[in-house]
Amino acid sequence: MRTDDLIDALAADAGPAPGLAPRRRLGVTLVGGGLVALLMVLTWLRMRPDLSEAMRGGMFWTKAVYTGLLGLGGYLAIERLGRPAGSGRRGWMLAGAALGLFILAGTIQMMTSPSILVALHLMRGHSWHVCSVNILALGIPMLALGLWAVRGMAPTRPAQAGFAMGLFAGGAAATIYGLHCPENTFTFVALWYSLGVLLVAALGGLLGRWALRW
Amino acid sequence: MDIEIRLKALMLRGLDGDAAAYRECLAVLGVRLRAYFARRMSGAPGDVEDLVQETLLAVHLKRSTWDASQSFTAWAHAVARYKLIDHWRRRKVRQTLPIEDHIEFLAAEEPEPSVGLELDRALASLPDRQRILVSDVKLTGLSLAEAGARAGISEGAAKVALHRALKALAERMRRAD
Repeated sequence: MRTDDLIDALAADAGPAPGLAPRRRLGVTLVGGGLVALLMVLTWLRMRPDLSEAMRGGMFWTKAVYTGLLGLGGYLAIERLGRPAGSGRRGWMLAGAALGLFILAGTIQMMTSPSILVALHLMRGHSWHVCSVNILALGIPMLALGLWAVRGMAPTRPAQAGFAMGLFAGGAAATIYGLHCPENTFTFVALWYSLGVLLVAALGGLLGRWALRW
Repeated sequence: MDIEIRLKALMLRGLDGDAAAYRECLAVLGVRLRAYFARRMSGAPGDVEDLVQETLLAVHLKRSTWDASQSFTAWAHAVARYKLIDHWRRRKVRQTLPIEDHIEFLAAEEPEPSVGLELDRALASLPDRQRILVSDVKLTGLSLAEAGARAGISEGAAKVALHRALKALAERMRRAD
């Protein structure tokens, strides 16, 4: 088949591309993945019993803003990295700044604690052994949905794009996890929430290498 | 950079459904792609044509990822570059592509088109209905409505079927080696 013939066939299919535009696809991913994570919290992990009380406090929202910013960074990165030659710089900088700030706050909180035992408790909280894994579990459905969405785009750096999608999914999952998890110290959140989000991102990067080729 | 202005205008009209403008856009792009690949793959004209065709298919199928506020040639260059690196990866060729400006992508030399084989192979493996639709549209110059009528389907259904056929073609070409 000559290239001119191919061009004729392509021209016959002129017009806007069918299906959802990139931003729409990511929006659908957030709504779908967020709902699944919420359902998992409602039926499996359960809401924290003191939720309405906690929502009046500052730390509940500080946590939500932190993980929300990680997710927003992931979104901004994948919105660009899903396109040929796109760069995730803006998203990386936002997520990196949020992470850096929280690690700083967590470290200060730990260093200024009165004793080594208190510092250890800050690090471990009541749920250090399940926190990151729970966030990973909540993030996987949205990551799967997201990888499918990004397959319909055209990432030229598949591993980075997968990582960005994972950051988006992990940030959203960690935010919803806050409805269940009563931990409320900077140290704990900087350590285990961040680790959970980064696990989802790393899984995304790993899967992206082969799932996002086109 | 009037080529960017010209290609962008044609592409925008193509996205609006103007088939003639879209054909012209792809034809101009095809010439540039051939020169781009030929400069980087010495002595494999068949491979060059395969890549031109694979890239044109990708440009078509991935057009929703072009942000119209950005340069069209930069976007198309990135698609071509990705397809070339992917081609080398599949053939296990160790080769690096220096970072280059997309201005150079528009260099004006025009090598002769040659015949690619992958597309025919991919086309032959499509289901009959899809294959006949693609050949009716490209060879006989039938409009989509006429080709659809010959296949006994409406124009809308023909459009969907053609789109699916092109997607299947791209997937098969990508997995060819």
